[in-house]
Amino acid sequence: MLSFLAVICVVFLLIVIVQISKILESLGVLKGEEEAQESSNKLNGGLLFVFIILSFYLIYWSIKKYSPEFLPESASIHGVWIDQLFNITLLITGVVFILTEFLLFYFAWKYRGNRKKKALHYVDNHRLELLWTVIPAITLTVLVGFGAVRWYEITSQPPDNVTWIEITGRQFEWMPRYPGVDGVFGKRMVEYIDDGTGNKLGIDTTDINSEDDFLPTEIHLVVNQPVAFKIRSRDVLHSFYLPHFRVKMDAVPGIPTQFWFTPTKTSAQMAKDVGKPDFVYELACAELCGASHSNMRLEVFVDTQEEYDEWEKQQTSWYSSFMGLDKEDDADAEQLEEAADQKEDNDEGEEIEITETNGNVEENNVISMLQND
Amino acid sequence: MATENPQVVTETEEHVHEESHYHPKLSFIRKYVFSMDHKTIAKQFLITGIFWGVIGGLMSMVFRLKLGFPDDSFPFLQSILGSWAPEGDLKPEFYNALITIHGTVLVFFVLTAGLSGTFANLLIPLQVGARDMASPFLNMMSYWFFFLASVVMFSSLFLPQGPASPGWTVYPPQSALPQASPGSGAGMTYWLVSMALFIFSALLGGLNYIVTILNMRTKGMSMARLPLTIWAFLVTAILGVLSFPVLLSASVLLIFDRGMGTSFFLSDIYIAGEALRTSTGEILSGGSPILFQHLFWFLGHPEVYIIILPAMGIVSEVLAVNARKPIFGYRAMVGSLLAIGFLSFVVWAHHMFVTGMNPFIGSVFMLLTLIIAVPSAIKVFNWVTTLWKGNIRLTPAMLFSIGFVSTFIAGGLTGLFLGNPAIDIQLHDTYFIVAHFHIVMALSAIFGMFAGIYHWFPKMFGRMMNKNLGYLHFFLTIVCAYGVFWPMHYIGMAGVPRRYFEFSNFQAFGGFADLNQFITVAAIIGFTAQFLFIINFFYSIFHGRKATMNPWKSVTIEWTTPIKTGHGNWPGEIPEVHRWAYDYSKNGDSENDFIPQTTPVSADEIEPEH
Repeated sequence: MLSFLAVICVVFLLIVIVQISKILESLGVLKGEEEAQESSNKLNGGLLFVFIILSFYLIYWSIKKYSPEFLPESASIHGVWIDQLFNITLLITGVVFILTEFLLFYFAWKYRGNRKKKALHYVDNHRLELLWTVIPAITLTVLVGFGAVRWYEITSQPPDNVTWIEITGRQFEWMPRYPGVDGVFGKRMVEYIDDGTGNKLGIDTTDINSEDDFLPTEIHLVVNQPVAFKIRSRDVLHSFYLPHFRVKMDAVPGIPTQFWFTPTKTSAQMAKDVGKPDFVYELACAELCGASHSNMRLEVFVDTQEEYDEWEKQQTSWYSSFMGLDKEDDADAEQLEEAADQKEDNDEGEEIEITETNGNVEENNVISMLQND
Repeated sequence: MATENPQVVTETEEHVHEESHYHPKLSFIRKYVFSMDHKTIAKQFLITGIFWGVIGGLMSMVFRLKLGFPDDSFPFLQSILGSWAPEGDLKPEFYNALITIHGTVLVFFVLTAGLSGTFANLLIPLQVGARDMASPFLNMMSYWFFFLASVVMFSSLFLPQGPASPGWTVYPPQSALPQASPGSGAGMTYWLVSMALFIFSALLGGLNYIVTILNMRTKGMSMARLPLTIWAFLVTAILGVLSFPVLLSASVLLIFDRGMGTSFFLSDIYIAGEALRTSTGEILSGGSPILFQHLFWFLGHPEVYIIILPAMGIVSEVLAVNARKPIFGYRAMVGSLLAIGFLSFVVWAHHMFVTGMNPFIGSVFMLLTLIIAVPSAIKVFNWVTTLWKGNIRLTPAMLFSIGFVSTFIAGGLTGLFLGNPAIDIQLHDTYFIVAHFHIVMALSAIFGMFAGIYHWFPKMFGRMMNKNLGYLHFFLTIVCAYGVFWPMHYIGMAGVPRRYFEFSNFQAFGGFADLNQFITVAAIIGFTAQFLFIINFFYSIFHGRKATMNPWKSVTIEWTTPIKTGHGNWPGEIPEVHRWAYDYSKNGDSENDFIPQTTPVSADEIEPEH
């Protein structure tokens, strides 16, 4: 009922405005069209100028009000570079914005039409045009240069001491996998995926490397230790997005992607910095993936080395819980050890192959290579 | 050949004469429905565009209500949307459907068909001096294919599972697999059929525009004497003809993937409890969803220029006429149009910096993307200089043109952030990009469209629109438009992703309740203000003040046609053109500060090389 009344009110308001405008127009015609245009030039010119000045003030005011809510300083090394680039670009574009917008609205007001005046027939000025071709070109070259250098650094191959974590997206959940003590992920195949049995990633249980892989329900990273994510999707597109670390990379079914970075602030440190004791890093999905797209959340913790080791110790391997081994005893542990020895033999003989398509690391092998080096 | 041409012209003239003498009245259907008159077709495009503008706008109102007031329910929504919003709470899958259809219809139906379809049709024959398009029949077909596309898209809104919902970019695998979301079933099929029809329409229209501009200019109308509107329509049409077929191919491959078991875009997928397999039982693999993105953006990027270039042309014309000055740097304006047109084909992958593409390719696309800023900057500076020392008539069309330049600057500058892949890592798919493209593309193009409608309304309907309503419409629109999209930059700088149904799940994204509410309120006021325009438009068609022949004292030749322009445009011979399209304030006389293009160059006058 209330909304119906609101609609009625709006309709009446519109009718009133229309009627008033009609009357004003007839009055204008009576006054003489030229004169009516002249007085509306005056009014509109003034309004345009007021609009831009007021806008500048509101922009200043709103940035002051909302900047505390922008993201806190980046918690990764490359994130600081990105913020720097952002700020440089903001500075340059800000100056251009204020200058051009001001001139635009100022001219509209200053040169508002008047019957007694005459416009200047001004056709061309090549020198002026050259000037405003060359200056933007130089500015852009600088931006491109800085941008390219940082882009290459950010997308470079990860350093040797990197820790690999695999993250797989599905509707509507992120599923991380750690390689465990051996540092090598077990193979996975789409054929083996079975939500019924709980093999959500399609891990090959016959692959010895899979035995110590663990699939936690949150991500833990070690502060100041480079970490590389191998990003996969099981169904539709997702995007691996860590806003506080300035990390984003699409998860594409069939084509694994990767992103490496170095977290620089522990969760505790960040909580202190932003003044929120319950602060937690979050992983989000940034590519529309379906109805619950906005629910694909996973918590991320940046620990000190000790905290991390403590956490890692508590994790049980996926293999043992999948096979029901965690309830049984030493006989299996022996078996596992044996298997681990076998694995080492395998690794030595294994041929290392790196295939890259579009910069995507194709196979797990590259990870094992990095680990074994 | 040269000797044949005049003959052809006279023949057409005679034919038109004959028609107006012997068949003065066409039946209603031939005159208003299946009309071959480019002016009527233009009006058809415009009115269909306005219809879709209202639908698309209403959709944004619904999802803005959800984003601004996430905890409230709006029972009236159930009466409009039925099962999409049980008890007034919008369902997330229909939220996705709404943003998808909102994007699709505004980009394609309003800002492509409604803008370029309207003004290219109306202005090309009138401004180059032709009786009609090169092929009036194909031109009529172009509208009716668009109409069919509209019908299909509109009916998809009534499907029980809802219309397509994977976003307007329809990325597979979501768009390929009905299991992935309810809208990926029949809704997606309708979407693809509708787009295929729309592409036919765009191609028929585009070919016609190109041929007409190149071959049917009147005597004396050299390319260098064309108004910038025509240059803009020419480049737009070329972009459309070259890029729309690529979207068609992407759609066809997607149809294959959806229904015929191919895997162009599908690979290694496990969904709804089972892995996708070929008919022989092997795992479906080898396809690349990224391939679709390349094909899509090979159209998608030129598409944003297909949207913005006609607006640029219209604005250049309106600014010059109302500043009573020649457009500053005509050659540079044409050159920058061509440069933007060319570059728009080689920047598409900047939409894909974070898809895992090779970093080297990323850097090439960054370079090419940022180069586009140079011709864009030239255009902005030239527009501003056109105002300098003018004698500016602030008509509604002029206000919207100034608004266009303002939004084009504001939105163009944020492109420098997004074109830089390092910064794009953070900003990609956040509200920052939503703010960017709405300001630079949607607002600018809509402002250009309003400028065009207010300016050429007298030519279309022989009557004037109410100016005062126009002023009010402009100021409400620009204030609300910035009110909606400016704060979105802040939300984006805080990292909030776009296309989120709700933000409360995340600690990092939940902090902007007040801004989101403000945006929603501004959007509702802004949308309501559009009814001022719609009332003005339809009222003025029938009851507006009668227009004079050349109400804006413009030099271009469309104003030499009679007020009620018949089919064939000029009752007598097509006028000959003797000068360029921007001779404003050239002579000393302040009463008559313009020299129409049809006025011969006098002996003592020096016509500069333009």
